[in-house]
Amino acid sequence: MIEIAGWGRYPRHRTRLLAPRDAASAAALAAGRTGVVTRGNGRAYGDAAIGQAVTVSSRGLDRMRAFDPVSGRLTVEAGVHLSDILAAFLPRGFFPPVVPGTKFVTVGGMIASDVHGKNHHREGGFGDHVEALTLLTPSGETVDCGPDRNPGLFWATVGGMGLTGTILEATFRLKAVETGWMVQRTVVAENLDEAMAGLERTADATYSVAWIDCVARGARFGRSLIFAAEHATRAELDALRPGAEPFPAAKAGRLSVPLDLPAFTLNRLSVAAFNELYFRAGAAKAGQPFLVAWNPYFFPLDGIGDWGRIYGRRGFLQHQCVIPPAAAKAVLTAVIERLSRRGSASFLAVLKVLRAGSGLMSFPIEGYTLALDLHVTDDVFPLLDEIDRLVVEAGGRLYLAKDARQSRETFEASYPALSRFREIRRGLGAEGRVVSQLSARLGI
Amino acid sequence: MQGHKTVLVVGGTSDIGHATAKAYAGAGWRVVLAARNEAGARRNAEDLATRSGGPVEVRALDVLDTPSLAPFLDRLPALPDTVVCVVGELGEQARAQADLDHAVQVMRTNFEGPALLLTLTAERFEARGSGLIVGISSVAGDRGRGSNYVYGAAKAGFTAFLSGLRNRLSPRGVRVVTVKPGFVRTRMTEGMKLPPVLTAEADEVGRAILGAERGGDVLYVRPVWRGVMAVIRAIPEPVFKRLKL
Repeated sequence: MIEIAGWGRYPRHRTRLLAPRDAASAAALAAGRTGVVTRGNGRAYGDAAIGQAVTVSSRGLDRMRAFDPVSGRLTVEAGVHLSDILAAFLPRGFFPPVVPGTKFVTVGGMIASDVHGKNHHREGGFGDHVEALTLLTPSGETVDCGPDRNPGLFWATVGGMGLTGTILEATFRLKAVETGWMVQRTVVAENLDEAMAGLERTADATYSVAWIDCVARGARFGRSLIFAAEHATRAELDALRPGAEPFPAAKAGRLSVPLDLPAFTLNRLSVAAFNELYFRAGAAKAGQPFLVAWNPYFFPLDGIGDWGRIYGRRGFLQHQCVIPPAAAKAVLTAVIERLSRRGSASFLAVLKVLRAGSGLMSFPIEGYTLALDLHVTDDVFPLLDEIDRLVVEAGGRLYLAKDARQSRETFEASYPALSRFREIRRGLGAEGRVVSQLSARLGI
Repeated sequence: MQGHKTVLVVGGTSDIGHATAKAYAGAGWRVVLAARNEAGARRNAEDLATRSGGPVEVRALDVLDTPSLAPFLDRLPALPDTVVCVVGELGEQARAQADLDHAVQVMRTNFEGPALLLTLTAERFEARGSGLIVGISSVAGDRGRGSNYVYGAAKAGFTAFLSGLRNRLSPRGVRVVTVKPGFVRTRMTEGMKLPPVLTAEADEVGRAILGAERGGDVLYVRPVWRGVMAVIRAIPEPVFKRLKL
């Protein structure tokens, strides 16, 4: 037995940890066990990848299987890291169809959470690009599924938080890119209205996301920087930065946070100062398009190892909600007002437009998503409970890959496909056997 | 690209063997994997070929099958530029104390098999006048400890063998490098609390082995191990024998 946690380092649970070396030993190890769930690289923030009794690591399932350079079709085992895919294929001119905010995730984790990226409004979630996957079901069977084969099981597995079984393997297409650079445009929004309008206006960009200042008040309430970007063509790279390496490597993070910082380093003043600097630096770049390498554009925090440690020993909570368009303005205002009043709000609040997700339990619905992180203090729990209530009453919901604390009530009220998902789990024999701390907490 | 040099990785299904093959394939080398478990080696070969887009070959080899060693080398498409021997088996100390068959297995797998294969490799490299031999030994061979001395003794033997081979071949254009990985984070150690400073990732070991192409004789993947083992070796025996290690 060991104690493990998600990326937010809250909560911690005791579990047995098993590490099969291949698909066959995954099947043998899982046979007859209950309270088991599969864990990728542990980047889910809360308790999604911690088994109630047993956690199966997909670390050994890290082999790539096949790649077709004509179609871009790639087949890999589920424990392969996104960072490995980028390292192997970006230099050959291919980029994953969807990437989340960190590249240190596994393919199995990306499917189980149906992760979204800065292109969700245009290209959907990662699950939308999966052509086939192999699932080890709780009965020990290996089942192939995809949008055209066992679609019911497939769409329950996409976004299904690992609760239909262990994903062993997946096939999806990489897209061709001419360079590893992004042409980025920054749009300054002076308040929340402008931010929302700006995101709508940049919806034709492949990638679009806003960084929102949750501390600013008054006329600057909700001020944001909107980052829109496209993959740079070879011609654009040659024009904007002649002689640059077309596929720059990801540099290993030079910064890391070696110690848990004491919690007092995060207070209203330090966050406000950081936000002010960030906003000014971003606003100074507004207007003209400029080049930025893929790694800092998509994965800015990967450059700082163990960044969660700035939140101190108690860890931190991520909170990501999505709110339907009609209610978005009112709810976002109410949420940001509460955060702004609390003061020690988020360094990193991100606002983005989502379209409806495809998996039964996929997080995205059409609307605006707001992602926050907050260090764990006693007063943060009632605050987030209140925010959850506002979000769910407006028809919104929370992202399970980031959740560590929402109530069963808010969850049940906001995922209408839950009863269908439970039926599928019963049919698979997953109920009571495939159980994570998250599924136990939420009664899935 | 290294101009299509070829590396033979013996023990290509272990985590370190695979990491080594990945490092070489990533640097543009042709890779030949040899392993007892051919299916496992094929899975790794597929992985390497998918990642690198280059060719990878698989050969079946059991280093304990002594008569098969020379034919194995002679049937390779060409004599490789580098041979990396990652073969090894930790075994279980308690079992090795009580069960001689298990002790024999650990001794042969960690010493006899690798040493004989490298003897034949060295003979061919010496005739050609070039080549690099990399043997993966262990810090466990630096001093026998109660908790793993059967394994440690076999590794100590292998370390001495590599040292002698290096001494004999260094005037003849053939280099021999001894690699001591220390603790390695692999599937086998998942969840174990290993001291971070002393623990290398498997890929880090792979890169360090590829680094042996540039030079060196005895390589500790994490240099801090050199100091740690120097201290452990320096403890006087009357004190050492009372320690629980």
